[in-house]
Parts: sequence; structure tokens; C-alpha cells
Amino acid sequence: MSLFNVFNTAGSALNAQTIRLNTTASNLANAESVNGDPSKVYRARHPVFKTMLDPSDTGFDGENATAGVRVLGVVESTSPPTMRYQPDHPLANKDGYIYMSNVNSIEEMTNMISAQRSFATNVEAVNTARDLLLKTISMGH
Amino acid sequence: MFDNIFGIHEQALLLHGQRIGILANNLANADTPNFKARDIDFAAVLGSSDEQLPLTLSTSHAAHIAPLEGALPSGELKYRNPYQASLDGNTVEMPVEQAAFSENNVRYQASLQFINNRIAELQLAIAGQ
Repeated sequence: MSLFNVFNTAGSALNAQTIRLNTTASNLANAESVNGDPSKVYRARHPVFKTMLDPSDTGFDGENATAGVRVLGVVESTSPPTMRYQPDHPLANKDGYIYMSNVNSIEEMTNMISAQRSFATNVEAVNTARDLLLKTISMGH
Repeated sequence: MFDNIFGIHEQALLLHGQRIGILANNLANADTPNFKARDIDFAAVLGSSDEQLPLTLSTSHAAHIAPLEGALPSGELKYRNPYQASLDGNTVEMPVEQAAFSENNVRYQASLQFINNRIAELQLAIAGQ
């Protein structure tokens, strides 16, 4: 019965959105991180979502009706870190430059709102499925 | 009498249950690039579980040509047409899916209510008071 699959599907989405929120938190925390070496400076991380098919669920004409979402991996942003001339900084390189992380705070904030909305939607889906199942169980009473 | 106590509501309930899974999947993949939102043509699927509703062509003669597959409405999963395509190839539109989800929720409860009423009716008839 597909109503039970809603828990798996929505659960996988809750998990994926949590990872997305975690990376956002990590990015915002490191927004001001600096380093003297551009290859070592913190780079914004973002999860990559992919649809996950459930091979056990062939309820609908043999086709996978329900699936879920999983995080394929976390990729680092490739945009170049900002250079700043600050020779008095303890981490400055020999030319007096430090490199700022390439985190875009505005992008992270919008990402956070989007993740929050998606999370809430999936919680609502779980609640609805639970209510319907409970009503179905008490059928005839 | 007890062959078909609940009428169409029994199948409708099952189908609404399956549709919840499909719509929940759309909601879960709202942020997945290249995911295409899916849904079923409810009337067509429910009709296909009844013998009369889908308008099939009868091939009673050897020279009759059977209709092409897909020419008649069938109960398969379909892809939703987005109102506004998104750049990442995702066709899930949150308001559309949420509306469909809550509509399906109400319809599921309606089917359930019909079944419950039927059970109450029968219990009343059996108890006779």
C-alpha cells in the first residue's frame, strides 16, 4: 500500500533537506574564513540531489510510482576566492594577500529558506499520510 | 449482495492511496534537478478498473484493426505539464502539487466516509434496531 511508502519518500526528503541545511550552516559559519593559500581557503559546499527509485515498489503498472530523494554528494563551489591585500594579517602570504572564502551569504540565506519550506512541506505530507492511515485503520467504527 | 458492498469506493480508496504516494514523491523531489513531476489520470485509471468506462473498440471481426497502444486512455503514470518550466529541468511546481495533495486527501477521506456509512448502514440492518 502506497500510503506507507509516503513515510519512506518524505523521510528521504527530510534527510536530504537536513543535509542541505547543514551545508548552509557550515557555509555561513565559514563565510568569513580566510587563508593565505588560495587552494586551502574554505569553499562553499552544496549537496547534489538525485531521485532515488525504490526497486521494491512496483505498485503502479510495474512502474516505480514512489521513490525518494538522496544526496549524491557534496560539491565545492569552483568560483574563485576573493583576494584582499592585508599584510598585517597573521595568515597573509609573502606578498601580503589573504584569500577570503567564496561563500555568497545571500545565496546561502535563500537556500536556507528554500530548504526550510521543503522540509515543512514534507512534514505535512507525513502528517497527512499518518492521519489517513489512522482513519483507515478505524474503518467501520 | 455482499459481492460489491462498497461499490466504486473500494477501488477509489486504493487509487487515492496510490496517488498520495505519487504526489508525496513529487513533493520530496521538489529540489531535485531534472526531476519530472508525475501524476495519474484519475478518471482513466478508475475507469480501467471498471469494464464499461474506458471506451474501447471491440474487435469482433478478423478484419478489425486493434487500436494502437496509447490511443485510448490508460492507467499509466503520466508526466505533468509545468506552467512555467524551470531552468534546472525540474517540473515540480509546489503550489500545484500541494493543491493536488490536499484535494486527494479530501477525496480519500470522502471515499472512506462512504465506506464507513455503508458499514454503519449494514450494521443497522443486521442489528435491526
